[in-house]
Amino acid sequence: MIRVVLPQHLRLLARVEGELRLHVGGPVTLRSVLDALEDEYPMLRGTIRDHVTHQRRPFLRFFACEQDLSHEPPETPLPDVVAVGTEPLLIVGAIAGG
Amino acid sequence: MSTARVLVGTRKGAFVLTADGKRDKWEVSGPHFGGWEIYHMKGSPVDPDRIYASQTSGWFGQIIQRSNDGGKTWFPPGSKPEELITPEGMPKGESNRFVYDTSSETGKPLTTHQWYDGTQHPWEFKRVWHLEPSPADPDVVYAGVEDAAIFRSTDGGMSWHELAALRGHGSGPQWSPGAGGMGLHTIIVDPSHHQRMYVAISAAGAFRTDDGGTTWRPINRGLHSLYIPNPTAEVGHCVHRIAMHPSRQSVLFMQKHWDVLRSDDAGESWHEISGNLPSDFGFPIEVHAHDPDTVYVVPIKSDSEHYPPDAKLRVCRSRTGGNEWEELAKGLPQRDCYVNVLREATAVDSLDPCGVYFGTTGGQVYASADGGDSWAPIVRDLPAVLSVEVQTLP
Repeated sequence: MIRVVLPQHLRLLARVEGELRLHVGGPVTLRSVLDALEDEYPMLRGTIRDHVTHQRRPFLRFFACEQDLSHEPPETPLPDVVAVGTEPLLIVGAIAGG
Repeated sequence: MSTARVLVGTRKGAFVLTADGKRDKWEVSGPHFGGWEIYHMKGSPVDPDRIYASQTSGWFGQIIQRSNDGGKTWFPPGSKPEELITPEGMPKGESNRFVYDTSSETGKPLTTHQWYDGTQHPWEFKRVWHLEPSPADPDVVYAGVEDAAIFRSTDGGMSWHELAALRGHGSGPQWSPGAGGMGLHTIIVDPSHHQRMYVAISAAGAFRTDDGGTTWRPINRGLHSLYIPNPTAEVGHCVHRIAMHPSRQSVLFMQKHWDVLRSDDAGESWHEISGNLPSDFGFPIEVHAHDPDTVYVVPIKSDSEHYPPDAKLRVCRSRTGGNEWEELAKGLPQRDCYVNVLREATAVDSLDPCGVYFGTTGGQVYASADGGDSWAPIVRDLPAVLSVEVQTLP
């Protein structure tokens, strides 16, 4: 199972507490994890990436294992420790503003 | 006894205020969706417990929320377990999917509008400014969005489709954003002829359809805007708000960037009725529930100052359909007041006497239970108020 940590506002929207655990079939990439996340929680569609282009929303970032994965191509495999559920994928709201 | 339910959208959440017909003791519930901007909430005229809300965030984008129980509980339409899967087995979750229609069948290949520097710029969806439930069907609701366009849902907000002929009617490339963005903020459905609708866009002007959105045309004759290259142009005017009394559909009232205007022929022509207003700049305009010649505006000093003239908060009322205005200040701050009242932030109930409501950027929501003669705050310290709507419940 893949572990995913959402920002607080998206946890409220999805009505979940704490980490999510998702089953991802096939290679574990940013795209496949986000696909699985949106399949399980359709109300999150459009809040993390654009409905049509699937581009990441500008004020959200993806982290795992202390690495910023936000600019990685969506098909890039996530680190093995994320793929086996040892470490979570973090979806983080940017600290934006003054 | 009847009840008044006031729906308040703020910069940091939604609030629902309720009182009995006396309107002197209020209960406040909220914040709902704390931390999110609530641009607008509005209930269905045919099912008052059906309320739609536009919830937005710079981080997470647009969300549409719906309540089926008068605002007690909310959910994004299409997110209940029984609604999640299409007959083909695919997950839905499209209640926040606003995609401009450029198809050859129903849309036009219109992809740009005028940008601040005069160049052409692609249409980009940013947020829903206004939700207008149909007067006939609780599952039909219209959305006015930024960048300016109108969408319709026929399934209770689960999915949205653009009425693309508005952007495509021809003047779209001349539309440009106002200082607050290029938003479609006003939608009025003619209560006796639902195929006729009016919309207003900052800063393009007013438009009308007589065939349910299949065709549109500008209705800005008589508007005079000194801040644009051609002050009497067909489009380009910064219309802030339009109001209609449901019993007199051919008469419209308009608060423009500067000037208050009136049309007696369903928008075919307009004439100014600013009269003796202390300032004819402002954002909202409202019509009394029982008297179609009684109109309310909130004068604001200027387009750069965005606070009341002389730091005195006043509502101005005309009982003659314009030109002669009286200042209503009893109960409102008459010194050191520097708040604004935004275009969505006024409403009237249909009780007798008519109740009038407005919210400020300082977080106060004021109510008058006597048609504006006197005012009292319902709440004083909400986040900046973006929108106020009121429902009159039996």
